[in-house]
Amino acid sequence: MIAPPSAQSPPLAPSSPQADLPPQAVERTTRLIRQHRGRADALIEVLHQVQELYGYLPAGALAQVARELKLPLSRVHGVASFYHLFRLEAPTAHRCAVCLGTACFVKGGGELAARIERRLGLRLDDPAGNGTWALEHVSCLGACGQAPVLVVDGQLEPRLPMDDPAALDARLEALGLADGAGAACGGAS
Amino acid sequence: MSVHTLTVDGVEVAVPAGASLLDAVRAAGADLPTLCHLDGLTPVGACRLCLVELEGSGRLQPACATAAAEGMAVLTQTPQLQEWRRMAVELFFAEGNHVCAFCVANGNCELQDVAVAVGMDHSRFPYQYPNRRVDASHPQFAIDHHRCILCTRCVRVCDEIEGAHVWDVANRGAECSIIAGLDQPWGEVAACTSCGKCVDVCPTGAIFRKDDTTAEKEAHRERPQLLRAARDQHQWLNQ
Amino acid sequence: MAGPTPLQLRCCAASGCRSAGSEALQAALLAARDQLGGAAEAVTIKPVGCLRLCGRGPLVALDRSDGSELYAELTPDQAPALLAAATGLGDGQGDALAGRRIDPADPFFALQQAVVLEGCGLVNPESIDDALAHGSYAQLKRVLLECTPEQVRDQVKRSGLRGRGGAGYPTGLKWDTVALQPPGARTVVCNADEGDPGAFMDRSVLESDPHRLIEGMAIAAYAVGADQGYVYVRAEYPLAIERLRLALKQARAKGLLGAGIAGSSFNLRLEVRVGAGAYVCGEETALLASIQGQRGTPRPRPPFPAQVGLWGAPTLINNVETLASIPVILREGGDWYASIGTEGSKGTKVFALSGAVANTGLVEVPMGTSLRTVVQTIGGGVPGADGPNGGVKAVQTGGPSGGCIPAHLLDTPVDYESLRDLGSMMGSGGLVVMGETTSMPEVARHFMRFSVNESCGKCVPCRAGTVQLLQLLDRFVERQASIADLERLEALCRMVGATSLCGLGQAAPNPVLSTLHYFRQEYQAACRDPGQCEPLDACLLQEVTP
Ligand SMILES: Cc1cc2nc3c(=O)[nH]c(=O)nc-3n(C[C@H](O)[C@H](O)[C@H](O)COP(=O)(O)O)c2cc1C
Ligand code: SF4
Ligand code: SF4
Ligand code: FES
Ligand code: FES
Repeated sequence: MIAPPSAQSPPLAPSSPQADLPPQAVERTTRLIRQHRGRADALIEVLHQVQELYGYLPAGALAQVARELKLPLSRVHGVASFYHLFRLEAPTAHRCAVCLGTACFVKGGGELAARIERRLGLRLDDPAGNGTWALEHVSCLGACGQAPVLVVDGQLEPRLPMDDPAALDARLEALGLADGAGAACGGAS
Repeated sequence: MSVHTLTVDGVEVAVPAGASLLDAVRAAGADLPTLCHLDGLTPVGACRLCLVELEGSGRLQPACATAAAEGMAVLTQTPQLQEWRRMAVELFFAEGNHVCAFCVANGNCELQDVAVAVGMDHSRFPYQYPNRRVDASHPQFAIDHHRCILCTRCVRVCDEIEGAHVWDVANRGAECSIIAGLDQPWGEVAACTSCGKCVDVCPTGAIFRKDDTTAEKEAHRERPQLLRAARDQHQWLNQ
Repeated sequence: MAGPTPLQLRCCAASGCRSAGSEALQAALLAARDQLGGAAEAVTIKPVGCLRLCGRGPLVALDRSDGSELYAELTPDQAPALLAAATGLGDGQGDALAGRRIDPADPFFALQQAVVLEGCGLVNPESIDDALAHGSYAQLKRVLLECTPEQVRDQVKRSGLRGRGGAGYPTGLKWDTVALQPPGARTVVCNADEGDPGAFMDRSVLESDPHRLIEGMAIAAYAVGADQGYVYVRAEYPLAIERLRLALKQARAKGLLGAGIAGSSFNLRLEVRVGAGAYVCGEETALLASIQGQRGTPRPRPPFPAQVGLWGAPTLINNVETLASIPVILREGGDWYASIGTEGSKGTKVFALSGAVANTGLVEVPMGTSLRTVVQTIGGGVPGADGPNGGVKAVQTGGPSGGCIPAHLLDTPVDYESLRDLGSMMGSGGLVVMGETTSMPEVARHFMRFSVNESCGKCVPCRAGTVQLLQLLDRFVERQASIADLERLEALCRMVGATSLCGLGQAAPNPVLSTLHYFRQEYQAACRDPGQCEPLDACLLQEVTP
């Protein structure tokens, strides 16, 4: 019951989301909401499509979705932030996902994640990554027979050689996950 | 109106159809700790303090969110339930930053009351000291997330009674937090009518009036029910 | 059903083999056929669903008049050799396929019994005509013409089928509950959220034989009086979603969905809903919230979805495998199905076998088959290991809600009750094999981390309790724990399990409790001061074999 207040509070989110979105994307959003006949239960479907449009869900787009589906802003943000496949920040240029499902875990997925964290100088599941790369975890891609697996910029990389460090390093190097890649951009640590 | 008869800790009670187990427990003169529940708001069964045991099956059900049914027999105070309630309260304290001595709600806080009721004076689980925010952007009110127990009463009262739906829950798991608008400063959310109902229902000192200082918070936790009675039954009991 | 066996190459086009390069292989086969011409032109090259042995993809099955053969781990440059093998020409190239031919008598195949998967690997998942040629929709049409909904439900009850989504609730009873609600609209929902890591059975059905699922759903809808339905698929399965959408379109075009199905007065509208990365949405009330466009948080039951579901209407929720079993049950009869399996668990079950095992892939066996048969005989044990338990330390069943079954209990039959009695559960059917070197506190921590990540955050035991459990497990993994931590761990596991709102929190402690039960010495050995441990000899024992 006697807890010291934390040293400093994190800042509040930037104010008003009325940002400048490309008019074409705004129009597209309106059209696709109309395709769903403006039904509130289509929210998740709409968010998927809006994310395809922008690569993530900018606050302005969320505000537009809320307005046009006639939903409270907080409800739309609540849903968008609940589901892990929705991104609320612009993605980094390159992205890598490491499978931490059970089959991959048994075959060394955890060490693989730790190794990539070290190589790239970033933290797992920090969307900002090192500025260039971000590393996220996924829980089973259904490629368990090929464990452990990575997805590098959308490409599945099966059977990482966890028992041969030199071969592993060479493989990661070849994938562009170079030692210290983008570390100069500062980042998470 | 049809009636259901059931027993609470062996005491027989009759409640109108549609009543909850919590209503039945209260009718039997027993008391249960509650945090997320508030009369007049839709029950969510989230804090798990009001769990009761169904005799026979041994199943646990949240009294607030379970309909009373004919012939039910519930136990409210088994040693096991008491131990688990205590642990739940410990988890609440360990999860946030509750410095009662400096809190506006000191002495008028339901979390404090519940801690006393379940006999909890310290947490056996390490305090997490989360780094949360304080939002004082609203002209009259403020929210200190360190003291929030995620009961969602504010969300429900704003949605169900005021109709403004300023609040909702963002993220999930341990990252959950109450947000206004698109996770904006409260003062910037146009939907807020500044009615103060969220202040009234917040069980802790998380949402408070800026005028109030330590131990000065006055809550009006009966209001949702009074307003609902007025709206639904046209009975004005709020004088 | 299908006519005389044509000379054909069935190429696996499901995700497992795709990630191993099956698309390039199929393209190479088509190119090689064009190039070779002549006899090769008689070879049909057909994309099919999962051929089971996913760990050794890409796989191709060769059908000749004298039987079928399976080839594994093929590369595009082996395409000509494969065509040569098909036509029986160019024997000189036999070497190019050395080691690629899989013995069809291998126990991996011989001990399987295909019921739900009977069309999987045979039909082209993207062609409704092929599915129809293999008998899809025949039962739907028959049932609509000949049976009352009661008769359908009766067959399902007789079959003894229990839900394959994990809990094993009797399917026929659930259908009755929905059907017997007061008059009004009803909905059927297929739960294809399959989030258990290490489980890919439902995905295989969706990718390999989607029409079977649609037929099963349509029959279910007829049996409970629903006229609309949803399939909720996790977004991580893009190929399954694509094929399911295509299949729905094809079925609508053939009048097998929509208004007046197959000339009857039965209507059904089916839609796909895609998740967005939340394991908890597999929980039925969370799934309903998600279909309605909300945060996927569970709510207390009762009322059950069968009473109050989507938009307040009675809703039938069943798993993919449950629904995909329906057409066979109606074709062969409930009694036939009930003759397979054990007293309490009827029929077959599909497992996804993975981890430290030679043969990873899809396995369908009668309920009651022993874990040893599945893991050692079918799975081939841990590669390179031998001994009575073939290098197996434990088998994990039921994913993050299940537990680890130690090697000495491998003779346990796989059925709902036996697994539950061992502190694990059937779950959806993932079986992950763990070798001797696996550390059990680390396994427990792995699952707890999953639960922390996936907790919806609504109720306090799960939201805050799993975080505390994870921190406690960290101490064991880092060998910083004390005996008091062990007590705290057990007490908190029991509290979280008993008081959480939904199955996620209720089952989150299972991996800890089961490893504590069977591998307690590993936890005790992880305590800071081994002198504190009791019994002492367990710790000493552990020092010798770390
Ligand atoms: C956390 C959690 C996750 C679940 N995930 C799934 C799932 O991915 N697929 C599934 O079919 N059932 C899942 N279930 C079980 C469902 O809630 C439900 O029992 C099932 O879909 C009912 O279908 P059945 O009777 O055919 O098994 C899950 C349950 C819980 C508590
Ligand atoms: S701010 Fe208060 S009312 Fe709102 S969820 Fe937190 S504790 Fe509950
Ligand atoms: S048990 Fe976990 S997932 Fe289920 S309602 Fe509670 S917090 Fe959510
Ligand atoms: S566990 Fe990694 S793909 Fe299944
Ligand atoms: S008061 Fe019933 S669960 Fe919170």
